[in-house]
Amino acid sequence: MAYSDKVIDHYNNPRNVGQMDKGSDEVGTGLVGAPECGDVMRLQIRVNPETQVIEDAKFKTFGCGSAIASSSLATEWVKGKTVAEALTITNTDIVKELALPPVKIHCSVLAEDAIRAAIGDWKKKNNVAETATAAVAAH
Amino acid sequence: MIITESATPLPAGVHLPIYMDNHATTPLDPRVLEAMMPYFGPKFGNAASRNHSFGWEAEQAVDKAREQIAKLIGATAKEIIFTSGATESNNLALKGIAEMYRERGNHIITQVTEHKAILDTCKKLEKQGFRVTYLPVQADGLIDIEDLKRAMDDKTILVSIMYANNEIGVIQPIAEIGKLCHEKGVIFHTDAVQAVGKVPVNVIADNIDVLSLSGHKIYGPKGVGALYVRRRNPRVQISEQINGGGHERGMRSGTLNVPGIVGLGAACEICSNEMEAEAKREAELRDYLRAKFEKALDYIHVNGNMEHHLPGNLNMSFVHVEGESLLMGINDVAVSSGSACTSATLEPSYVLKALGLGDDVAHSSIRFGLGRFNTKAEVDYVSDKVIDVVSKLRELSPLYEMVKEGIDLSKIEWAAH
Repeated sequence: MAYSDKVIDHYNNPRNVGQMDKGSDEVGTGLVGAPECGDVMRLQIRVNPETQVIEDAKFKTFGCGSAIASSSLATEWVKGKTVAEALTITNTDIVKELALPPVKIHCSVLAEDAIRAAIGDWKKKNNVAETATAAVAAH
Repeated sequence: MIITESATPLPAGVHLPIYMDNHATTPLDPRVLEAMMPYFGPKFGNAASRNHSFGWEAEQAVDKAREQIAKLIGATAKEIIFTSGATESNNLALKGIAEMYRERGNHIITQVTEHKAILDTCKKLEKQGFRVTYLPVQADGLIDIEDLKRAMDDKTILVSIMYANNEIGVIQPIAEIGKLCHEKGVIFHTDAVQAVGKVPVNVIADNIDVLSLSGHKIYGPKGVGALYVRRRNPRVQISEQINGGGHERGMRSGTLNVPGIVGLGAACEICSNEMEAEAKREAELRDYLRAKFEKALDYIHVNGNMEHHLPGNLNMSFVHVEGESLLMGINDVAVSSGSACTSATLEPSYVLKALGLGDDVAHSSIRFGLGRFNTKAEVDYVSDKVIDVVSKLRELSPLYEMVKEGIDLSKIEWAAH
């Protein structure tokens, strides 16, 4: 499959790889996908409790090059954004930025889900109203 | 494909990209090309032209090729029918036998790990009223002869079991299957595309009635194959699927592809002479490749029975790493992912799943296909690169991290998507 240079760059130089302390109240963890489907993404955010700004993000992904690139890009994009701003990132933004081929749109959907799941986890821990994340739809 | 040239000089004998996908196709042997060349030029005659020297010359070349092919599989020249390749051979065998013997019965037996050229043809025959039994395979890829015995009934006219599998390299107990078929008066066909020229195939000793083979899998040209059809004990009849002129004993009409046939013959002759030494060399390289992986990496395993195995095949699962992302990291090496995850359905290999592998492991599998022209230096380059990329991807893999931390992945409730 011919990938865009951006996918190849993220694959070769993945940004923000790693893990954060799941137990910390400042950290939200999203684990999406399934091994049987060929991709699992774990995206974590560390949110400043005062400002609600995402100060750090980490990921690990089992999946194809597009899945790795999508999650790597997602960590870059959420960093520095407020939780509310991060929720406006959609999979189509990721598809556009990485020029993903149609069969790989799935990977971008997974990355969007991972962002929402991580924010959802953080909100749950901190008793923040869930409304903004209600859009996480099964698909 | 983007080929990343390494900054450090390559080891002697390594030229990129490296081809290690010899189950898909093989490069043309230069000796084969040399044999074919005159038939693209001055020796252009039609082998069916009986009234001049151009035709006789072509016919002679075709007859020689028939001898060369027959010799490789223990047949006689008259039993070789030329086709456009193994897909056509398989179609001709299955449809031709089904049609010819329909009055005797409508039951066909095959196995779940066959190539699509068999499975899709069987599906078509099912639509025409044939009953097809798809035998399962055991965890090592071999069928259970008892399953075959149980599946046979008085309506069974044909058993089609491939000689060696194209993904996992497993060689079925062909002689035993053939013996059983002969005892029951059932015709035995085998798709021997991956086996012919690689391991000793003998239609008499193996009790084979009909056999498909292909040129481009044995360092011959593409677009040419053959079907062996037994003439005695039993005499097998095949209803023709292409009409027009009655070429090839009426079984397959169409002007013969003389240069292709000459190439197929030459390729078979080389195999007859060199197969034994080549198989030994390939098996050594294969075992060396496997040993290197096993020394450097954990959570890997080999798919398919290694006792009954093609010498050049190694199908390995690098668990917790996804196959396509692994291929992306070794893009100057041509191997094949066991997973068909580039397709819209994202389905992993049905052959690996038939062995009982979970989808997650099937997604993590790579097929290495070693061939005549692969060198030890190439095997070293490929293994080092794969080990490096697998290690990097595992650093990225949440599954590998979880397993290392002692988490049971099967206990996690994964979000379906």
